[in-house]
Amino acid sequence: MNNGFEFKDYRREGRLFTRRALVAALGVVLSLGGIVTRLIYLQVIRHDHFTTLAQDNRVKLVPLPPTRGLIYDREGRLLALNRPAFNLELIPEKVGDVEGTLERLGRLIELRPTDLERFQRLRKQHRRFESIPVKLDVSDEEAAIFAVNQYQFPGVAIRARLRRTYPLGAALSHVVGYVGRISAADLKRIDPSNYAGTTYIGKTGVERSYEKVLHGQVGFQQVEVNALGKTVRVLSETPPRPGESLRLNLDSRLQRVALEAFGDYNGAAVALDPRNGAVLALVSKPGYDPNPFVDGISTKAYEKLRSDPDKPLFNRALKGAYPPGSTIKPFMGLAGLELGVITTRTKRYCPGFFQLPGRDHKYRDWKKGGHGMTDLDKAITQSCDVFFYQLAHETGIDRLQSYLQQFRFGERTGIDLLGEQRGIRPSREWKRKRYKQVWFPGETVIIGIGQGSFQATPLQLAAATAALANGGHYFEPRVVAERIDEGSGRRTAVPPREHPIPIGDEAHWRAIRQAMIHVVESPHGTARRIRSRRYRIAGKTGTAQVFSVAQDAEYKEEEVARRMRDHALFIAFAPVEEPRIAVAVIVENGGHGGSTAAPIARKIMDAWLLPDRPENPAPPGALP
Amino acid sequence: MNTGPTSPSGLPPSEPARPRGLLARLHLDLPLLTGLLLLCGYGLVVLYSASGQDMAQVERQLMRLGIAFAVMVGVAQFHPHTFRRWSPWLYLAGVAMLALVLVMGVVGKGAQRWLDLGFMRFQPSELVKLATPMMIAWYLSARPLPPTWKQLAVSLALILLPVLLIARQPDLGTAILVAASGFFVLFLAGMSWRLIAGLGVTAAAAAPVLWHFMRDYQRKRVLTFLNPESDPLGAGYHIIQSKIAIGSGGIYGKGWLNGTQSQLEFLPERHTDFIFAVLGEEFGLLGALLLLSLSLFVILRGLQIAAQAQDSYNRLLAGSLVLVFFVYLFVNTGMVSGMLPVVGVPLPLVSYGGTSLVTLLASFGMLMSIHTHRKLLPK
Repeated sequence: MNNGFEFKDYRREGRLFTRRALVAALGVVLSLGGIVTRLIYLQVIRHDHFTTLAQDNRVKLVPLPPTRGLIYDREGRLLALNRPAFNLELIPEKVGDVEGTLERLGRLIELRPTDLERFQRLRKQHRRFESIPVKLDVSDEEAAIFAVNQYQFPGVAIRARLRRTYPLGAALSHVVGYVGRISAADLKRIDPSNYAGTTYIGKTGVERSYEKVLHGQVGFQQVEVNALGKTVRVLSETPPRPGESLRLNLDSRLQRVALEAFGDYNGAAVALDPRNGAVLALVSKPGYDPNPFVDGISTKAYEKLRSDPDKPLFNRALKGAYPPGSTIKPFMGLAGLELGVITTRTKRYCPGFFQLPGRDHKYRDWKKGGHGMTDLDKAITQSCDVFFYQLAHETGIDRLQSYLQQFRFGERTGIDLLGEQRGIRPSREWKRKRYKQVWFPGETVIIGIGQGSFQATPLQLAAATAALANGGHYFEPRVVAERIDEGSGRRTAVPPREHPIPIGDEAHWRAIRQAMIHVVESPHGTARRIRSRRYRIAGKTGTAQVFSVAQDAEYKEEEVARRMRDHALFIAFAPVEEPRIAVAVIVENGGHGGSTAAPIARKIMDAWLLPDRPENPAPPGALP
Repeated sequence: MNTGPTSPSGLPPSEPARPRGLLARLHLDLPLLTGLLLLCGYGLVVLYSASGQDMAQVERQLMRLGIAFAVMVGVAQFHPHTFRRWSPWLYLAGVAMLALVLVMGVVGKGAQRWLDLGFMRFQPSELVKLATPMMIAWYLSARPLPPTWKQLAVSLALILLPVLLIARQPDLGTAILVAASGFFVLFLAGMSWRLIAGLGVTAAAAAPVLWHFMRDYQRKRVLTFLNPESDPLGAGYHIIQSKIAIGSGGIYGKGWLNGTQSQLEFLPERHTDFIFAVLGEEFGLLGALLLLSLSLFVILRGLQIAAQAQDSYNRLLAGSLVLVFFVYLFVNTGMVSGMLPVVGVPLPLVSYGGTSLVTLLASFGMLMSIHTHRKLLPK
């Protein structure tokens, strides 16, 4: 095998090899030097950069949504609570083939068309990587069936949720409101980071206006995840601060009494505590059940609510602007007294109509033959229109409207709910702005009886009545009494806010209150039917013509045609010696205030002032 | 069987009556053995962490190491003459089996590399890793060095045959190693520098041709190497995560078992080809330097053994085998640190896996045989 090595020079070959081996060794050292240089570049020079990248890799922030605060009524009854519920949920971004997955899921668990419809609707508006409920409140059996087959459904899971529930339903829908899923529009008005992980946001009512308090502060968990995104351990945790609970001033029992008092009528009632503006009841009938809204009401059900001619979604107490009618008269009278236009002894003759000097048009009194000689007390007690036509004319629109402004007609009351209407307090400026027209003296005349373009909400009437009752302390109505930190039990009262009304002469205010007492207690009083033997009521009836309402965008022509009866109004406070409740009631198409609205107010006041034994009918001789 | 790995603890007692110690009688070289054992020990420590603290994997690797060291000791018992005599036959057998693999091999991981021998799977390319340098050394050492043009041409053909067969499997990493082993013999045999430069130019010119023959995944690897960020979740993921692991390790490392990249599995193939990144992350620059130093020591001792060998065949073979070990080291660390494209070359003696381990330690067995079977020439 070994041939031809006769010319081999072993020494030379040895030297050659040694040279080459040295070169190779040099090459090895240089190459490894290159590796070392690279390592120094990565591990020393760019160390910080890669440390950041490694950190970003492994540490993820997981939001911990806070628990939403509860809502109680003033007696501690729950109005809004969080009920644990198990939902079957799906994350479209993780599922991929959503339709196919739903199809396969439907074979395991019954999915009703409403479930699928809700899912598709929520899917359209969902945020990326948000879990969307496929079926709410799955049963234990369904949960078990799914759990066994879960491996076939990546991106689908049963999740324990806290579902917002409103046990009293429609009775409080216009006060408490409801929460719903966060929409794109909602995202614009919130800090998205605080809502990371939160499902619901307040949409209406207290849920909306106290959203910040109820929601709380999101917490975060710094977790270490592995390459599959699975949490390995928790590095640090900033716990969420749960939302504070709210105790309302409102009494749900009173609320229900008020609601039932309406019988078949629709309308609104607001009861306030004149001592601090606390909202004791706030009724807008009909209401609606807020519960279906929480996880997205079906289009069909929503359309039904929207097209209902009774407008259940419309909050009449806050947004219904009605002509106050004769309920404005006590305020007109007070304006006349305080502005020095009349005195308590001023008398006018009421022939049954009023004419502006030099004009033919007759402004009629509701009483054909007129009231004859009438002073302020009689004008309020019997609701004489002519007296107030003249008073308004003599006072003039400018002084009149600026006085009424102090009772915040045409202004927001400042209630702690969103969306209240200002109503209309007509003035020259208002007319110029609205219609680009000058003010006519005839308009002033009908303003005197709360007609014409004058509009007020039931809430405004109640708040103004309360200010009348307590002698000039106008309190902003407050639905919420206090915030409660459930963790520490610390309670923070929501302070009342007062807008004092300057008082010219206490006697003027007393005279007006006296006249309102006569409305109930005088044999000629328009509300004499509701006189109580157990406490004394002061009130004022009113009737609002439906015609003027027809101009309101919230009402449609055909409805007016169908329901031509006037709206009945009543304002009242009691007990007169030391008022603890002020009420404004509007009964739509109720006719005359004394016959329909006043009894409702009476029932509300009974329920509040005589909580143990409602006086209805009053046992004869119970009190002298 | 395990006398090899365990013997360093029982260093030969310096009895004047017996000048040749136990190690010498087993034909083992103490410095080389020490270097190898330290490397493997270090590797096991890293592997425990890289396997996700899976003791079972460490034990399996320990068993493989035992077998591989036994093979090394066994190989060292043969006289170098035997290697020389077997060279052409081993080469022929290897090439034949490579051809067989292409026809009827077992497909694994998308490539045909194994021959199923019934009782075990055998990877002929591993045999060829040793047989090719043996063949070239055998061919060149028969004639005076440096080789003539004709010899060089024949040698190149002898190298290219198995290389192409392996590249067809396809196994780019092994093809490179086999090509390197043959080329190192030529280089050590004294191939002229001009020719080396010429081959370099030819290789550069052949790159487009090579590109043409590459499989899609191989092309992707090259492209990814050139710009890893182009595909951060796909092919570039390996390199990006590996660089993050090494870079975030810093000078001192994050500590054993504390590497976030490796322990949380951001680093793919962390216990096999990318184990160097685990080392870099947990033991830092210093840990990497320790590994490189140990390896360098093994290489330099190997080159010394080669230089001290007594004939051309032994010199060429020993030198080439040592330099192949270096190529393993360089290609692996270069690829893990993002300097070279990702080719499937493990970190020698550290990466989890058995086949290359046996081949590597068999080659070190040859080195020891070459060193310990020298005739003691009178000075």
